[in-house]
Amino acid sequence: MSGRDPRSDAPGARSPATQVDGAAGPHPAAQRDPNQFAPRLVGRRRWGVAFQVICLVATLVGVVVLALLLVDIIMDGAGRLSLAFLDNFPSRFADRSGVKPALWGSAWALLLTVVIAFPLGVGTAIWLEEYAPDNRFTRLVETNIANLAGVPSIVYGILGLALFVRAMAMGRTLLAAGATLALLILPVIVVASQEALKAVPGSIRLGAYALGATRWEAVRYHVFPLALPGILTGTILALSRAVGETAPVIMVGALAFMSYVPDHPLDDGFTVLPFQLYSWVAKPGADFQELAAATGIVLLVLLLVMNGGAIYLRNKFTGER
Amino acid sequence: MSTHASTVAESTTDSIHTPPGPHELEARALSVLYGETRAVKDVSIKIPDRKVVAFIGPSGCGKSTLLRCFNRMNDLIPGARVEGEALFQGQNLYERGVDPVDVRRRIGMVFQKPNPFPKSIHDNIAFGPRINGYSGDMGELVERSLRQAALWEEVKDRLDASALALSGGQQQRLCIARALAVEPEVLLMDEPASALDPIATQKIEDLIYELKRDYTVVIVTHNMQQAARVSDYTAFLYMGELVEYGATKGIFTNPREDRTEAYITGRFG
Repeated sequence: MSGRDPRSDAPGARSPATQVDGAAGPHPAAQRDPNQFAPRLVGRRRWGVAFQVICLVATLVGVVVLALLLVDIIMDGAGRLSLAFLDNFPSRFADRSGVKPALWGSAWALLLTVVIAFPLGVGTAIWLEEYAPDNRFTRLVETNIANLAGVPSIVYGILGLALFVRAMAMGRTLLAAGATLALLILPVIVVASQEALKAVPGSIRLGAYALGATRWEAVRYHVFPLALPGILTGTILALSRAVGETAPVIMVGALAFMSYVPDHPLDDGFTVLPFQLYSWVAKPGADFQELAAATGIVLLVLLLVMNGGAIYLRNKFTGER
Repeated sequence: MSTHASTVAESTTDSIHTPPGPHELEARALSVLYGETRAVKDVSIKIPDRKVVAFIGPSGCGKSTLLRCFNRMNDLIPGARVEGEALFQGQNLYERGVDPVDVRRRIGMVFQKPNPFPKSIHDNIAFGPRINGYSGDMGELVERSLRQAALWEEVKDRLDASALALSGGQQQRLCIARALAVEPEVLLMDEPASALDPIATQKIEDLIYELKRDYTVVIVTHNMQQAARVSDYTAFLYMGELVEYGATKGIFTNPREDRTEAYITGRFG
């Protein structure tokens, strides 16, 4: 279509010739030159459709790759999955190998991580949102926490090695791993909890204060319960990240072969699922590749269960209102 | 009206007619500053016991800010500073050693938008008494508070239902019941009906009329008819200053200040 096609269906549109002597027109619209507009509707619509297709392709690429990954890992590893696989120790014989120490190690690390990171992270968020004065120091702390969320995980591993393993003499233990992973996800928990607390309407706080509540009572009985679903969702998503982390646990000394399950968090030596997976991938032989794939499935199931738990908890606490 | 004012009320200036005492609340040369802005300028006013006093004036005239001085809610606004004195039963609320938490229990507040806690009706009422160490029969207190707020008959069968399931007007009466449950002596109401429909508004106004038997009520309102209907005394504030104060009837029928007249006849605001 011609870009200069004057569509004269607009009210008051005139031919260009009568427009030149400007001021005479009764309506301002009449003084505009319709030739200055070139709607090119067909072309614009085409762009719209093209953009939609591009977005669809972008979505499909992600979904298809993820599906292929899942299919691949299940084809490779499903044959190795059994209760014995969950209950066996790693072995140089692939048939007798299992993930028992890694599974227990991941469970332990997860527990220690949440026990350390949840109170620290939520406490920080409550202080920043409910108590801290709005001054330069508070803003500095907030900015730094946001930046910490972007620090590579291996850097946290180095910190864990220096601080927990060496300086605090925890050694290569689950406690050191849990503390390191807790540091890693702390900023994420803080930021998620801050967002959840910010979402609680100010009128709720004022309502509590107006009844003679102290700040603690307003937070304890009203603000915190309302923010809890959001805080839990953020925490569990952060934990999902922690359970899949490999680099920091390597730095604090995870072992490729464990022939026992640590009795307690300070028992010497540990391993976790992602590192077990990595150490099997690094070995030659199709058998061990299959073991790695099977470990991947165990890890994925663990993550699915955790995310399901996050959704359940959020719905449970949201429904109670 | 002027004869009444000159014989009974102690007159400060021509347009400030202080109602006869005893006075429950008083502001003495009270100013509130938000940073550099002076929202309330040197206001002195006495509020009589168990009467309804309305604060009227255009938006931003400082009426809500003045109201919030009487239960120290301005403390919660960062950068707000109070100068002068706000007295409750002769005690300066801003004196050192006065605990705002205790002030707020004795001087209750109802907000512009109903703000029930997202909990059950029962728990909304019970929260205040519980944190203030109430040791009596909670069920009885909840019923009494809801009756005082004229809400009992509507909710008695569903005390465990969420307060958010109530209508706006019911929510506001719940907020009033909640405020009454901690047995305050004064009730401050910040435009309590401005978010409600006319029928719910009328219920709130009837309620205010009932409440003044037991409580001193200070109400901020945008609605001049409402001030005329519910209040015994009216204070007109403009640009942070107290322009005129006196018996409501006098303010509305025979305002002394041009600015008051202009406002109540609708020429601005």
